[in-house]
Amino acid sequence: MTVAVVQFGGSNCDRDAVRALDHLGIEAERVWHADGLPDDVAGVILPGGFSYGDYLRAGAMAARAPVTEEVRAAADRGVPVLGVCNGAQVGCESGLVPGAFTTNADARFHCERAHVRVERADTPFTQAFDEGQVLKLPIAHGEGRFEADDATYDRLVGENRILFRYCDADGAVGAANPNGSRGAVAGLIGDRESVAVLMPHPERATLPQLGPTDGAGILQAFA
Amino acid sequence: MTTYTATVTVRLKNGVLDPEADTTHHALERLGFELEGLRSADRFEVDLSAENRVEARERANEMAERLLANPTIHDYNVEVAER
Repeated sequence: MTVAVVQFGGSNCDRDAVRALDHLGIEAERVWHADGLPDDVAGVILPGGFSYGDYLRAGAMAARAPVTEEVRAAADRGVPVLGVCNGAQVGCESGLVPGAFTTNADARFHCERAHVRVERADTPFTQAFDEGQVLKLPIAHGEGRFEADDATYDRLVGENRILFRYCDADGAVGAANPNGSRGAVAGLIGDRESVAVLMPHPERATLPQLGPTDGAGILQAFA
Repeated sequence: MTTYTATVTVRLKNGVLDPEADTTHHALERLGFELEGLRSADRFEVDLSAENRVEARERANEMAERLLANPTIHDYNVEVAER
């Protein structure tokens, strides 16, 4: 039983994800997309990076790769699936979650630490936290602005599927929104609570040598 | 079979923010141009063979639905011409 970190051409956070999970005592391995998922896969991470050079749209090509059908099937069996950054874009493009992550409102790449508020604490990815808790997580993206039409966004809110919103250090949502996301959405869940995507990088905030370790609680979903 | 070129134009839906177009707009103004608006779009020219124009259009539509456009943020249109 191992967590598969799916590596596409252009993924660049796959090693970080494996190392962060190792640190937490969770068995994980990188899996080249063309090799498919292991039969006994215990979890899937779609890592950050620039799969297929972000050609067409960020995540568009990886979302149509055969392994993504396997990821969907695993998700349907209840295997936890987490898309991080480029993996979140792949998650939206593949329909694992609704909406789209597209060009930041200010058209700039943001590489910084951002505060996010935990919107619900009853999912595998947030069980380590309290609702309303403020986390500090690294972001590094040019296309992280969450977009959804009115009906989709209202449905997501109605179904309580927003996992994280950008906020200030005190947890206030509004002014602090580094990419202009609709509703300041930084992460959301799919049809199941065991499927989530987020733009911030929990694997970059897990090893104590790197600073804040708020990401460890998110990766505990795979423990 | 007839050879066609299907031109698929993909653009952002009305109301979806287009930061790249805004940036381009400002750059044109910096160059001294006067303009009131600017929108950008992607155009794909797909060469294909089909029994007829209707079939060519259907295939190009499906390409747009499944890959070229993201229905969350994009509208698209398809024009088919004999090649």
